[in-house]
Amino acid sequence: MSDGCGAPAQTATPASLDTNGQVVVTGKVTGSDGPVGGAYVRLLNGDGEFVGEVQASPEGDFRFYAAAGDWTVRALHAAGNGEASVTTGEPGLYEVPISI
Amino acid sequence: MSREDVLVTTQWAEDNLDTPGVVFVEVDEDTTAYEGGHIRNAVRIDWKTELQDQVRRDFVDKAGFEKLLSEKGISNDDTVVLYGGNNNWFAAYAYWYFKLYGHENVKLLDGGRKKWELDGRELTDEVPDRKQTSYVAKEQDPKLRAFRDEVVEAINTKNLVDVRSPDEFSGKLNAPAHLPQESAQRSGHIPSALNVPWASTANEDGTFKSNDELKELYQEAGLDTSKPTIAYCRIGERSSHTWFALRELLGLEDVKNYDGSWTEYGSLVGVPIELGAK
Repeated sequence: MSDGCGAPAQTATPASLDTNGQVVVTGKVTGSDGPVGGAYVRLLNGDGEFVGEVQASPEGDFRFYAAAGDWTVRALHAAGNGEASVTTGEPGLYEVPISI
Repeated sequence: MSREDVLVTTQWAEDNLDTPGVVFVEVDEDTTAYEGGHIRNAVRIDWKTELQDQVRRDFVDKAGFEKLLSEKGISNDDTVVLYGGNNNWFAAYAYWYFKLYGHENVKLLDGGRKKWELDGRELTDEVPDRKQTSYVAKEQDPKLRAFRDEVVEAINTKNLVDVRSPDEFSGKLNAPAHLPQESAQRSGHIPSALNVPWASTANEDGTFKSNDELKELYQEAGLDTSKPTIAYCRIGERSSHTWFALRELLGLEDVKNYDGSWTEYGSLVGVPIELGAK
């Protein structure tokens, strides 16, 4: 068990990642000039309620461990905000790119 | 106590970076954020290695706290302004902790590091050089901290506020969604607990909602303000955030943080657990 609750540093998620039976929601935040680092990325459930937040890596990568359901991923950055939705089912990797 | 006594805006912070007697402290579980850039003149406290006992599951004792603050160059009469990542969870935990050990003037930066960054304000990697002090802490204030026996006795008698996400509360998830889903203990929540996620007390930019919004939130959730309240989460930092909202912003008098939280309760033998949503 991890002894903390804070969001870990984010890294790119390889497409071949073994999700270990979990629903992994991952993606990259991009702007008009390519990847945007350091955005605050929020996972909201189907009711729009907050579930989790991470800060995207310098390359814009983020990753959540979710469950089956409808999700919205929303990115906040000084340069602008953006969001995208995804419906997850079986354990595996779900890619959600976000433009701000 | 008014909101301004316990919470400062990012603009206030920027205007007071060089004010004598004001010390900014960044508190995080992962201190690489500080190394990558922090508010000018801020010192850092590592939640994991400096605020927690490294052997027992507890936090540092009075002597340890005095040593820590002395080394950080913090005096008893300084105004300490705490901020951090993760929507100020660890900063709120540190606030609770500073209050436990009796520090008089301590405030939270509303919105923490996130709001500061979203405002586009400046960060630096320059580490300030503060002179060592001789900090003297008070004995821990038992009115602010709940232990497990009191929590079990509080079922159906006091307000228990579970501040984890609805999916953690119902037992669907075992941990926040940014962490792998470990299952080292049972899932669920303490019977009779209300589920008021910490996030419902905060705006998207990490600032606290207004007092009117907070009052309405807890009223709708069924919090009986005539009774004592105990807040808990998984390890006690998100519930420090709610403890701050209830005691410091709304002014409820008898509010405790249960820092053992779900990682302790969900591993206790023989205690009741409830599953499902509220």
